[in-house]
Amino acid sequence: MKNLKVLFIGILAIIGVLFVSSRQLEKAQGFSGSNTVTIYNWGDYIDPALLKKFEKETGYKVSYETFDSNEAMFTKIQQGGTGYDITIPSEYMIQKMMKADMLVPLDYGKIKGMQHIDSRFLDLDFDPENKYSIPYFWGTLGIIYNDKFVAKQDMQHWDDLWQKGLANNVMLIDGAREVIGLSLNSLGYSLNSLNNKELTQASKKLDSLPTNVKAIVADEIKMYMINEESAVAVSFSGEAAEMLDGNDHLHYVIPSEGSNLWFDNIVIPKTVRNKEGAYAFINFMLKPENAAQNAEYIGYSTPNKEALDLLPKDISQDKQFYPDDSTISHLEVYKDLGPEYLGIYNDLFLEFKMHRK
Amino acid sequence: MMTKARRVYSIPYVLWLLLFVIAPVLLIVYQSFIGMDGSYTLDNYKTYFASSTYLRMTFNSVLYAFLITLIVLVISYPAAYILNKTKHKQLWLMLIILPTWVNLLLKAYAFIGIFSMHGSVNHFLEFIGIGPKQLLFTDFSFIFVAAYIEIPFMIMPIFNALEEMNPSFISASVDLGANAWQTFWQVIFPLSLNGVKSGVQAVFIPSLSLFMLTRLIGGNRVITLGTAIEEHFMVTQNWGMGSTIGVVLIIAMLAIMLVTGEKKKKRRRAN
Amino acid sequence: MKKKINWPNIYLFFVFILLYLPIFYLIFYSFNSGGNMNHFSGFTLENYQAVFEDKRLIGIVLNTFLLAFLSALLATMIGVFGAMMIYYTKKRQARNTLLSFNNILMVSPDVIIGASFLIFFTFLGIRLGFSSVLLSHVAFSIPIVVLMVLPKLQEMNDSMIDAAKDLGANAWTVISKVIIPSITPGIIAGYFMAFTYSLDDFAVTFFVTGNGFSTLSVEIYSRARQGISLEINALSALLFLFSLFLVIGYYFISQSNMSKKQRRLRKQHEEVAHIL
Repeated sequence: MKNLKVLFIGILAIIGVLFVSSRQLEKAQGFSGSNTVTIYNWGDYIDPALLKKFEKETGYKVSYETFDSNEAMFTKIQQGGTGYDITIPSEYMIQKMMKADMLVPLDYGKIKGMQHIDSRFLDLDFDPENKYSIPYFWGTLGIIYNDKFVAKQDMQHWDDLWQKGLANNVMLIDGAREVIGLSLNSLGYSLNSLNNKELTQASKKLDSLPTNVKAIVADEIKMYMINEESAVAVSFSGEAAEMLDGNDHLHYVIPSEGSNLWFDNIVIPKTVRNKEGAYAFINFMLKPENAAQNAEYIGYSTPNKEALDLLPKDISQDKQFYPDDSTISHLEVYKDLGPEYLGIYNDLFLEFKMHRK
Repeated sequence: MMTKARRVYSIPYVLWLLLFVIAPVLLIVYQSFIGMDGSYTLDNYKTYFASSTYLRMTFNSVLYAFLITLIVLVISYPAAYILNKTKHKQLWLMLIILPTWVNLLLKAYAFIGIFSMHGSVNHFLEFIGIGPKQLLFTDFSFIFVAAYIEIPFMIMPIFNALEEMNPSFISASVDLGANAWQTFWQVIFPLSLNGVKSGVQAVFIPSLSLFMLTRLIGGNRVITLGTAIEEHFMVTQNWGMGSTIGVVLIIAMLAIMLVTGEKKKKRRRAN
Repeated sequence: MKKKINWPNIYLFFVFILLYLPIFYLIFYSFNSGGNMNHFSGFTLENYQAVFEDKRLIGIVLNTFLLAFLSALLATMIGVFGAMMIYYTKKRQARNTLLSFNNILMVSPDVIIGASFLIFFTFLGIRLGFSSVLLSHVAFSIPIVVLMVLPKLQEMNDSMIDAAKDLGANAWTVISKVIIPSITPGIIAGYFMAFTYSLDDFAVTFFVTGNGFSTLSVEIYSRARQGISLEINALSALLFLFSLFLVIGYYFISQSNMSKKQRRLRKQHEEVAHIL
């Protein structure tokens, strides 16, 4: 008992020390209710220097929280409990949040700098007239290959993933829409297909892919490709940009038969507490010099055309990440499939994953 | 008098049971009867039991959990046994727990580094002339890393059971002419069975619902019940189906409890 | 003379090597100037410097440990009495039912626990942040404490309690003087496990946190999107060494406290053995 008492007191003392020092640190950082802007963003999806600059310029304090999937973010915002002022979902999730009445319509009287955004990325299907969202980054889905193992002419289309020589050498991104979608695209169908016959065909076609698939993973693809663990991978352009930075033998291809075009846009959720702060942040990010700095740091493609001019030529004229209009015209944005078809896509994907070699 | 006092002390526990166990379970059971369109239905269960994909997944999941538990037990029992005889046993035991304080994701990344094509193990294999092998994304690496993570959770309860054992039983057995092997099988092992049972419960059950490792180490070639639930809750947002699998998991857990739970006090006597 | 090989210790040695292998790997690469965990390109202390300059990260570390120490403490207190309650439930069926309920949180995937707790907290109107995370951590740590304490209770000598009661001890005296001392190892083990669970958890915390409160796991997971930075390696190395010293220090302090008592105990044992 004595032993336990000593332990108990010791633990209480540690708790006390931790509590006091944590309080001190919080005070030192100067958080107080009204001047805080709470930003809910993907992990590592903004240059931290920009957050500091924003705090300095506007006098607001940024409370920065992160999520790792659109769906997790949706659940958190739907349940409330935290006053998120800004969040940055992908386009299909914005559609879903609009339907669920979770977004605040933007007041364009308070927004400055919309003219900097490339008009190609405005007024799109998922958010007509950009009533709720402002483009933050955009990109595509494509194939990354290593020219040590695969020749350029052998890796231009989705069908090339099925070729014989690639046994156990393809990595896929862990997403039902992406994998089912590439199969649909390779058959010439839309990746938003709501046609059961097309879907069955696509899933049949996938049945013969597992011999080539090494793994179905997520963020780790980057590391594996840079380390030449695998010859080919399917992933998003932003991820690909970082891989290309890490290994000169890697190249990125957008299959010409079609692929996915995606957007991550800034929105103001209904949980907003500090509207003025939210608009200040939007305006701050619309400034070309800030957008350019962010694009250079993250490596994703910026929709801000003035920012593009500020970026080094080898970035802004890179066809892999800023494809021309003819390529873009073949790309499709994900549409909200509705719960029934989302379930079907997911079940087909689960079946695909469970295929043993 | 005793019972009254005890009742007072167990109030927080009962509250916990009601608020954090029974309420969520009721919520899950309720959810499992709700279809995608929000109406009451048995469809989720029908889908589950009619789909070969789900049934196969359940079977695989149980199989992997069984293998993991078996391997963990085989490694941990001798370790706990030897540990119990060391000089500073409490210290060693704490040192067994310590690695679990390092974040799981980090350890998983370390294993990726160790097992990858150009990683340490393959360098070694090359060095001894076997040549590099594909280790990551295989059943071997998945079970290895899962077992790695669970070992401390098995050693702990077995160690506790062994430690508490009355040494006079052992000396009695020796005095009665039993050899070391007999002493172990007929005295020590049965007496440590309680620890083994809690260990099996603490390992098998979480192994059914491992999800992060299935992607990081298994490359999603291994799908467990946990992965499927994760997918339904986070991707399709079909909470009904996710809850249905959750109910299956809870039932599986009850079955395990029944098998490993305490039987009659009477102990089977070996002749 | 041939020296006998001590197989058991060699076995134990290998188990320890296995358990610490990935950790040494992490620590080794925390000194890497190359920025990743694949090629060691040169020695640097930059990663450690980065840790000390990152105020946000230090704040998160403090919060994480505050949470772990506190939630494990509360979970242990509740769990010990819960285990007693289960132990004193006389009907076997009722006892098994209780035990099954106890274990439900251990089997439920974190996502389910997290999502249902989130719904529960918002329903009750509890503000998301430190308190909601604390409640959740206490909640999912209780079952392991019960599982650690229960076997000790079962091995306890019931006649001691009867004797104490016969001598007129009241309930609290019986608990504090007889029961608790005989289950102390179980309590400590339970505390350790609860602490471990709290440090390890990501999914539940992710769901129930909010208003700027974050733990180390949540932070590491969201940073993993860009690959694990070696800053996190360096931080883990520091925390690991700190915990190591803490554990060893605690052990030797408690050892010197114990030794007197133990010697007395051993003497008693010998006397008893002598009489027998």
